[in-house]
Amino acid sequence: MKHSPLLQAKNLRYSFNEAGIPTHVLKDVSMELLPGEITSIVGPSGCGKSTLLYLLGLLDRPDSGDIFLHEKDVLKCDDQTRTVLRNHKLGFVFQFHFLIKELSVLDNVALPMRKAGHSATTSHKKARNVLDKFGLLDKASRFPHKLSGGEQQRVAIARAIINSPSLILADEPTGNLDSENSKIVYSVLSKLATEENISVLLVTHNIELAQSCNRVIRMRDGRIIE
Amino acid sequence: MAMSLIGIIFGISFFVITQAQTSGFEAFFIRTILGTNGAIKISDRFQDMDGTVSKVSEDGKSQFFFRSREEARYTEGIVFPDEIRNALASYQGITGISEVLEGTAELSGVSRSFPVIFHGIRHHDHSQVSELDNQLIGGVMDNFTTDPMSILVGSRIAERLMLKKGDRVVMKGGTGTIQLKIAGLFETGVSQIDKNRIYIHLSTARQFKGERFAGSFFQVGLSNPEKAPELAAQIQYHLGHRSVSWQEREKVWLDVFKALRISSAITVSSILLLSGLGIFNVFAIMVIEKTRDIAILRSMGFSRFDASAVFLWQGVIILFIGLLSGCIFGFIGTYFISEIPLRIRGIFSTDSFVVNWDISHYLWAITIASVFVIIASWIPARRAGKIEPAKIIRETL
Ligand SMILES: Nc1ncnc2c1ncn2[C@@H]1O[C@H](COP(=O)(O)OP(=O)(O)OP(=O)(O)O)[C@@H](O)[C@H]1O
Ligand SMILES: [Mg+2]
Repeated sequence: MKHSPLLQAKNLRYSFNEAGIPTHVLKDVSMELLPGEITSIVGPSGCGKSTLLYLLGLLDRPDSGDIFLHEKDVLKCDDQTRTVLRNHKLGFVFQFHFLIKELSVLDNVALPMRKAGHSATTSHKKARNVLDKFGLLDKASRFPHKLSGGEQQRVAIARAIINSPSLILADEPTGNLDSENSKIVYSVLSKLATEENISVLLVTHNIELAQSCNRVIRMRDGRIIE
Repeated sequence: MAMSLIGIIFGISFFVITQAQTSGFEAFFIRTILGTNGAIKISDRFQDMDGTVSKVSEDGKSQFFFRSREEARYTEGIVFPDEIRNALASYQGITGISEVLEGTAELSGVSRSFPVIFHGIRHHDHSQVSELDNQLIGGVMDNFTTDPMSILVGSRIAERLMLKKGDRVVMKGGTGTIQLKIAGLFETGVSQIDKNRIYIHLSTARQFKGERFAGSFFQVGLSNPEKAPELAAQIQYHLGHRSVSWQEREKVWLDVFKALRISSAITVSSILLLSGLGIFNVFAIMVIEKTRDIAILRSMGFSRFDASAVFLWQGVIILFIGLLSGCIFGFIGTYFISEIPLRIRGIFSTDSFVVNWDISHYLWAITIASVFVIIASWIPARRAGKIEPAKIIRETL
């Protein structure tokens, strides 16, 4: 069965301006992501992987190019619409878990759903559900700093998927984890792709993990080389 | 944060209390002088009017000045009282007109004598333009009204000459000597008046002075004393008699009260300003500390407004608690202050702190506190709203 692409990026360019001198970080990047696929991006440090992820995640805007999410031209959307799209359609996982230390695991996971306008009861119920799937239900009432690194990262993934997004953007989610935990996190992500038909874009330096993905995108010096 | 909240509560209550006091004393002073000397005093007639009147318009208010030329003359007193009285009847808002004949004399008791200023009045007229009846502290007003040879003596004069109601006194000066009987004592609270004024009947005063008009003036009462300056200017212009409003007459004291009121407002507002700075400080630090959390919340779909709202809400809650408690403490404080015994004689007479219950003090305090707190939370809130998630996440990793 042929899927229509979930996300299309065309001719993205991005540069930083420092003291008037532009540094071109992305030079004409085009790519597509399909639902139900886990895609990895690999490449040397500084080649622009994170920058690309922020653009696709609507956290930043390119100098030029187009991004279509569900065939919608998201670069033409205003800030408010992009904010709502991030809430409903996208989930982020970073190298650092970024959990809010004042909130319990359960509240952290429920947060995006609360923002989407659901009641505390509904959100907590769904959050428990997701935590259960990740084997973390017994940790629901703990605070983030009382979890292991692998657990924290899985909570962050739980938070990223609570609103059933169509795309998860993961920037080195296993960067701080040992190989054991890396494998667990990876299997959680690949299971989401196959079982929930979510598209996962995974930036990683771990070649072994990258090779396990459906597709590998290689980058060098602001371009996709393969 | 708790300190800032306490600061706001204190600031608001102090503001209310100090304003209640200063404006209380001011209002009391105004009541006293209006009750003693009336709203407008109309006296000597200008004779050489032409070309000496100049009108100055300043912020829409008219002011009239009489420049005395060398040959300008004016007659002492009001020469045609009935005509003036009739003319005054056509002005709006005049509640009473009392003709007064003023002069100096020497008052003698049993053993001592004392210089005084007598005011010859018709009691019926004068009670319309003053609080004389209420200022009576010994004696009965009827004793004065029924006996043309009776006298009302200022309390401090009575003290000095050791006089009391029913005593007989001798008034010397003018055309001779008359014997008077003390119908009562009065106290205005204005020591300058209490220690040199006496009231006698107008007819008696005329006889005593031997002159019909010199030293006579009209004391005028107004339903709205605030209008006195304009009305006095009109009267002066139309009737050609010197007319002075109470505001002009008591300018020095009124300015002192105003300065007190404003300086206390400024002083107390600085407490509110400091609290505002405290809040600003706490919020500014909080925004810096929470930058990462705000960035991640933004990435998961919280808006700029959500980020700002957190701080605005905290500001509003602090402000609300501060305003409510501040006003309540201010109210209670004002009440207790008004119960503090304090004996004042000199410019008015009171035995406790005078306070003025005025909603405008609360509104001012609320306005000032709100401005400071809203600015103090708005600036950090705006900064929170401006956080760019990509930039912060990049910098954190
Ligand atoms: N604020 C900035 N100003 C100028 N250049 C920047 C800035 N931030 C990043 N860069 C540059 O942009 C380029 C791409 O950065 P990016 O973070 O996308 O790399 P990356 O591929 O994610 O690297 P890594 O694997 O180390 O995370 C780098 O060469 C970096 O030096
Ligand atoms: Mg990176």
